[in-house]
Amino acid sequence: MIDFFIFVGVLLCVLITFIFYRVFAGPTLFDRLISMGVIGTKTLVLLLLIGFIYKRPDMFVDISLVYTLLNFIGVLAITKYLRRYKTDGY
Amino acid sequence: MVWQLDLFLLVFIIVLAILSLVVKDLLLSIILLGGYSFFMALIYAEMGAVDVSFTEASVGAGVSTIFMIVALYFTARFVRRDVKTKKISLAGLILASLTALVMIYVADAMPDWGNPQAPAHLHISDRYIEKSQIEMATPNMVTTILADYRGYDTLGETTVIFIAGIVCLLLLGTATQRLKHNYDTKI
Repeated sequence: MIDFFIFVGVLLCVLITFIFYRVFAGPTLFDRLISMGVIGTKTLVLLLLIGFIYKRPDMFVDISLVYTLLNFIGVLAITKYLRRYKTDGY
Repeated sequence: MVWQLDLFLLVFIIVLAILSLVVKDLLLSIILLGGYSFFMALIYAEMGAVDVSFTEASVGAGVSTIFMIVALYFTARFVRRDVKTKKISLAGLILASLTALVMIYVADAMPDWGNPQAPAHLHISDRYIEKSQIEMATPNMVTTILADYRGYDTLGETTVIFIAGIVCLLLLGTATQRLKHNYDTKI
């Protein structure tokens, strides 16, 4: 079973490398912002998988919840900045 | 530790660190540093240090991102066109590579992860486990270590954290007041 979890984790890591292309190339700031958000969501699933690998998922659920909240709060702070200093996409 | 995941995560961390230095947009740099902290927290969690991971996620990715955005209010987001960016200095490059070489050379002598024979696990842990109950009569061993054996250390730490909290409050207080002032005068 652990092998299966590790396999899924590696698969997620490969998917993250694809998203990194958008972080590199994304023409606007919002492309990069959203792609970083997607990476954050994937790291959350990775964290839960690590919890299952160590057979203590209850502990890792708490951290993953904090992860989600902080991801959201960071996006909120950035949007607040962008509302004040408006950009035309860049 | 799961080496398959570690390989990917460490590469991601290096890529994010280099990207956040290279980009010319400070806001993007802040976003990338937030992602860096998330991956760092993931690595800590993978090493079994769940508490450190918790701290890294909340302080590194959460609070410091917001503080840097607050700092961005007082400066420009982009590099000005007329200011020439400095080229990489040769002496600094040589110094940094030498330090990296020394670190890589020494890293080989580190004990393996989770090795019970590592020096940190040999001489003092057993004493804590055997004697802390008798000497301090506190049921929780971690509390005994933090509050009794390392009492002065903890006192210093709490002082530092207290001062940091006060400074953050002061900084944020004046920042919001000044922002409000600017906003009012603009309208």
